Amino acid sequence: MVTSTAVQLEPTETPREEVESVVVRFAGDSGDGMQLTGSQFTLATALAGNDLATFPDFPAEIRAPIGTTFGVSAFQINFGARKIATAGDAPDVLVAMNPAALKVNLVDVKSGGTIFVDTGTFTARNLKKAGFETDPLEDDSLDGFQVVTIDISKLTMEAVKEHGLSNKEALRSKNMWTLGLIYWLYDRDREPTANWLRGKFAKRPDIAEANIAALNAGHIYGETAELPGGMRGYSVLQADIAPGLYRTITGAEALAWGLAAGAKLANLRMVLASYPITPASTLLHILAGMKQFDIITFQAEDEIAAVCAAIGAAFTGSLGVTSSSGPGIALKGEAIGLAIGVELPLIVVNSQRAGPSTGLPTKTEQSDLYQAVYGRNADAPLVVLAASSSANCFEIGIEAVRLATKYMTPVMVLSDGYMGNASEPWLIPNFDSYTPFPVAFADQNQVGEKGYLPYVREEKTLARPWARPGTPGLEHRIGGIERADGTGNISYDAENHQLMTNIRAAKIDGIANDIPLQDVEQGNESGRLAVVGWGSTHGPISRAVGNMRDLGHDVSHIQLRHIWPLPRNLGDLLGGFDQVLVPEMNNGQLVTVLRAEYLVPAEPLNKVNGQPFKIAEIEAAIQDRLDRQSGDAK
Amino acid sequence: MNAPAKPGSFSAKDFASDQEVRWCPGCGDYAILKGVQKTLADIGTSPENVVFVSGIGCSSRFPYYMSTYGFHTIHGRAPAFATGIKLANPELDVWLVTGDGDGLSIGGNHLLHVLRRNVNMQIMLFNNEIYGLTKGQYSPTSGQGLRSPSTPMGSLDRPLSPTLFALGANATFVARAVDTQQKHMPGVLRRAHAHNGASFVEIYTNCIVYNDGVFASFAEKGTAAEGELLLEHGEPMIFGNDSDKGIRMKPGTFSLEVVHLGVDGIVEDDLLRHDETSRVLAGLLAEMRNPEFPVAVGVLYCEPAQAYDAAVHEQVAVARAANGNSDMNALLRSGATWTVGA
Repeated sequence: MVTSTAVQLEPTETPREEVESVVVRFAGDSGDGMQLTGSQFTLATALAGNDLATFPDFPAEIRAPIGTTFGVSAFQINFGARKIATAGDAPDVLVAMNPAALKVNLVDVKSGGTIFVDTGTFTARNLKKAGFETDPLEDDSLDGFQVVTIDISKLTMEAVKEHGLSNKEALRSKNMWTLGLIYWLYDRDREPTANWLRGKFAKRPDIAEANIAALNAGHIYGETAELPGGMRGYSVLQADIAPGLYRTITGAEALAWGLAAGAKLANLRMVLASYPITPASTLLHILAGMKQFDIITFQAEDEIAAVCAAIGAAFTGSLGVTSSSGPGIALKGEAIGLAIGVELPLIVVNSQRAGPSTGLPTKTEQSDLYQAVYGRNADAPLVVLAASSSANCFEIGIEAVRLATKYMTPVMVLSDGYMGNASEPWLIPNFDSYTPFPVAFADQNQVGEKGYLPYVREEKTLARPWARPGTPGLEHRIGGIERADGTGNISYDAENHQLMTNIRAAKIDGIANDIPLQDVEQGNESGRLAVVGWGSTHGPISRAVGNMRDLGHDVSHIQLRHIWPLPRNLGDLLGGFDQVLVPEMNNGQLVTVLRAEYLVPAEPLNKVNGQPFKIAEIEAAIQDRLDRQSGDAK
Repeated sequence: MNAPAKPGSFSAKDFASDQEVRWCPGCGDYAILKGVQKTLADIGTSPENVVFVSGIGCSSRFPYYMSTYGFHTIHGRAPAFATGIKLANPELDVWLVTGDGDGLSIGGNHLLHVLRRNVNMQIMLFNNEIYGLTKGQYSPTSGQGLRSPSTPMGSLDRPLSPTLFALGANATFVARAVDTQQKHMPGVLRRAHAHNGASFVEIYTNCIVYNDGVFASFAEKGTAAEGELLLEHGEPMIFGNDSDKGIRMKPGTFSLEVVHLGVDGIVEDDLLRHDETSRVLAGLLAEMRNPEFPVAVGVLYCEPAQAYDAAVHEQVAVARAANGNSDMNALLRSGATWTVGA
């Protein structure tokens, strides 16, 4: 073990070492502010011109007992001078704010990686809480790593002394001291964070200034301390990124904005009705702050009430949206069936998490695909879309509104906890470049001899008209009992039920003609192996396929964003590959759908440990399939 | 929205749809349907501005029989649909139809919250103390001991009182009506309509098939005068065949008692006068049951308060005034951004 303690030196001008990309993980107690630290580092890194991807990973408990392993919160960022597809397989640098953070995260650190440790927290009591029998800083457990031990707690207290905070408040600036040090390590600008602190603590300028002092002290420490291995800081060159105006965006933000954009393009008021649930609540919070966009948000008494209120809003001619996670979506099932039956537009967002039941609320999973596609009583088809990255949530939000309003159908949008919380740089689009799709409501012209007929359809889309209550002459009644073709009146007629079931299915199937043909993101249109992804597995699949192609392997990446109906060319496309591999963070769901729909020999690659796929895991699976195939005479 | 039609523009018949009514012959729901259609004509509203929302059950077929907009939703959830309708368009005149099973069993949670929030709508709970559509099982308002297909040895459940539930949920308008009392019901419904907020009206409804005569002690022609107390704000609480009985606070207690005018020197001034602004009094009145007491009908409680939907839209207006127009491009560019050069 190589350790270093503070030896203050004069600042030197030793040139920084250039690196192409780095993975840094900040880890600490859930009260240590690791998520804030990570998001600030993300912003500073984006401003420095690197491409990046992040992975916030925090416990379900709001404040688990301090110092315990289950209270550890972490934020990982991968940034570099090249295109970054994932948050990185293994951290090059781990910042461990306490023994528990070290205990939980050490296993992931790249061998030879650097570990910064706050020795101020390495007390006998904390070591015991973290489950260390001996002090890892004293024994051989950190052999093979470059360990930098600093009493960050003490140095922070000294740095903020003059601001007159209580000990407790002063210690809260530890994360900013650490951030300052890491800013120095990668040559990031502190000013945006200082400004952010001034804004955040506008009512407590003493706290703002103390945090800034800590930030600066950490930075100065880096400039002057002698670090192991002659570590003099790194520089990560700017990535080759398409020119334009950028911001960082999380999936939850992108989806909120995408839905708002969709509502604007459809010329509709949006009503979001939701019930708090991890990790979906963020969407409710964001939209609640967007009232100036004529967005009404409603925190309902439960999941069922939320979806029902959204459908009620749709009945009046507004865009009804409800948002939840798997267990909440299960509760909404009956009402979604009603929306399918009465054929009203509805957006249902599922920020998936690990299950079943409560499962692992803060851990990501993609295990609600069956629920989305099949999970209702009776024959109840709807549209299912899956965003493939945080930024892609914006486009998916717009597409969901377009399809829901054009086809008078519920649309399920699948996001996940990882995508919702993770941020990535986003080339900000020009909203004026989107083609509006304003809803044409029914009017008196549609009143014929038999009055207004709510179930007479548009020939091409099979969509029924949407009439707004308040419009004279269009008074009509709809409900959950089977509706007579044309009038919508209650009908117990068997033939009518057959007809209506067929129409509901045909309407959704027909949407396949109104969505893009499935493209191949990387590689050939046919060949030895297609890796088919959906949702947030996009990043690791993309990088793994890219790496394998660089090595000369014939492998292609196909990423599905339309899960139901599937793109109309998908069957033919998959048929052109000898093998199909479907990596999913579930026990094998899309793979079953593809096999059922197309009779292709698709094979699963599954993982449900709450962590995104590592690039290496997918590379290994690709290699395995290619090796196997070489041995087989096809 | 559309300007309200002049009173008299639409008759009660104009509010009837062309659909054949399919309740059992003799069902109390027919009388309520008639009473509601008359009320809408009296109010002078237009069918296009009215939405009837219901859940599941006999009573919930109601929207199909009205010529207005209507939404027959799912079991127990009508208050949530109705809330969504009012949030999206507060100008619509929403009437919610539910029953004792729909509103107080599977939908108890939603009824609680729509009342608590005070969403501006009329809520009519047709209480027949039985499950009709599923063929006669006991409901949350059924009396203890009721024998039904699911309780062959008698129901063990303690029943609840819909009006006490509503008062407990912080409802701002609580009233009662009786299906057969066609002269009285439209007045109560008009009051409910005039109230700004969630107006809760329990309507005693006779189920002729599964629970016939359950309200016979006060809801029939021959029993009403003795069996019920018609409440009028500010008026003394008098009832009885000869209008010779009254309600007063029992001296030295916090409870009501029935007294006889002219007996033991009791005069009208000794009686309670109805004060519909008193929640405490409303609770006491809601507790009154036959045979010890008459059943109180009319407006038990009315407390003006801002409606939830109006308050929500007020916040939107404030946000719009403070933030100017909603510019999507400005939103996308808010916060920290950076430019990557060509």
